[in-house]
Amino acid sequence: MTAADGPPLRIGVLASQGGFARHVRMLRRLHADAREVRSPAELEGLDALVVPGGESTTIMKAIERDGLGPAICAHVERGAPLLGTCAGMIVCDSEHLGLIDAVARRNAFGRQAQSFEAQLDFEGIGGEPIEAVFIRAPWIESYGPGVEVLASWEGHPVAVREGSVLACAFHPELTDDHRVHALLMAMATSARESAREGETSR
Amino acid sequence: MSEPASFRLKTGLAEMLKGGVIMDVVTAEQARVAESSGAVAVMALERVPADIRADGGVARMSNPSMIAEIQEAVSIPVMAKARIGHFAEAQVLQALEVDYIDESEVLTPADEANHIDKLAFDVPFVCGATNLGEALRRIGEGAAMIRSKGEAGTGNIVEAVRHLREIVAGIKRLQSLDSAEIFAEAKDLQAPLHVVRDVAERGWLPVPLFCAGGIATPADAALTMQLGAEGNFVGSGIFKSENPERVAKAVVEATTHFEDPERVLAASRDLGAPMRGDDIAQLAADGELLQQRGW
Repeated sequence: MTAADGPPLRIGVLASQGGFARHVRMLRRLHADAREVRSPAELEGLDALVVPGGESTTIMKAIERDGLGPAICAHVERGAPLLGTCAGMIVCDSEHLGLIDAVARRNAFGRQAQSFEAQLDFEGIGGEPIEAVFIRAPWIESYGPGVEVLASWEGHPVAVREGSVLACAFHPELTDDHRVHALLMAMATSARESAREGETSR
Repeated sequence: MSEPASFRLKTGLAEMLKGGVIMDVVTAEQARVAESSGAVAVMALERVPADIRADGGVARMSNPSMIAEIQEAVSIPVMAKARIGHFAEAQVLQALEVDYIDESEVLTPADEANHIDKLAFDVPFVCGATNLGEALRRIGEGAAMIRSKGEAGTGNIVEAVRHLREIVAGIKRLQSLDSAEIFAEAKDLQAPLHVVRDVAERGWLPVPLFCAGGIATPADAALTMQLGAEGNFVGSGIFKSENPERVAKAVVEATTHFEDPERVLAASRDLGAPMRGDDIAQLAADGELLQQRGW
């Protein structure tokens, strides 16, 4: 899948720490120009950004240390889509970078002993339930009116969307089901198109 | 739980640790320092390898109360070590709900013929390896993460470099073989054929590969990452240094920015004295090398 016309979507995967390699692999399978990003400069001009799973404390410290916060916020402010998975969901929440009006609860499902796999109904990707891998996963504890819940498990929201930000508590990159990444790319394609229309109308 | 946790859940946690540093800690206070310095996980043990080496005697699984204290103190994953072949220690650690078990040559082996049947456990295991054959035997037994053995507690990176290069060279060699040659190679590697085939097809291990055993400086961390490690274990190198918190942060930074010498340089400044290093040849002359435990 590529943008309707023009070069392949340029998608950055934050590689400060965590499961970035599998996201890159999946995005490349979908023909995106996927790349690891570790510095603010590498975040410029991306069609989409992925904040992967990992340890949210470690990733947040790296974001602060490397001055990545403003660059990530600028990416979202200009309407470019972002996918946060697991720790990436926590990084997006209102107690961290504040990219979504929701509070994630860390390790909500427990330790590794409580990690699990499930078939999950996921709104907006069509068809079969998604294979969801939860690893020491968070859930959304509370959220504002602008947040759309796309999937829940045992009454807890585990996938949400607000504007151009998509966050899920599980790991689509660890499976062969690429629909969440395809959704991100569809969002990136339409963001690119509306940016282009904005330019032409000016 | 009826069936053991899927391999995907086990390797999945290791995937999430990539690009990060797992630090040895002996107290809850050290665990907090590790976490606040950016560690992705801590390895809870009673003595760091440098002290185990100095003290001699039998090194066993750590006191469960001490591990539990560390689990209470931090929110990042907590790993703990079991002796090679000591499946009952592993059962205890699983009951304690540690996040990962290291079947480790740093402790005194409990079985000189068999490693733990790791497929029988829900908790994931990491195991040390000195070469590809050893790594693939451990994966065949169910290990969900491999680390170099290096020579723990020495602050000397030379053995870890040797092991990483051996493993990576072994993988490259596998990729150059045709399907008929794979059988003989599996025999030479003394590793299960299905695992050997899998690695030949992927061009990489089916589990994450980390470095352990001798990392003492940010440059050491950058070196191992450039050699193919996907993350680092640091044992004695942090809390045996003059300024543990600074060294911890610096090793974390160098593990992320391993390809950027400017960043490794910045991380290397003003760290105080690193841990004292040991010469491997001298250690070998004095007694057993830890890396020779396990097979």
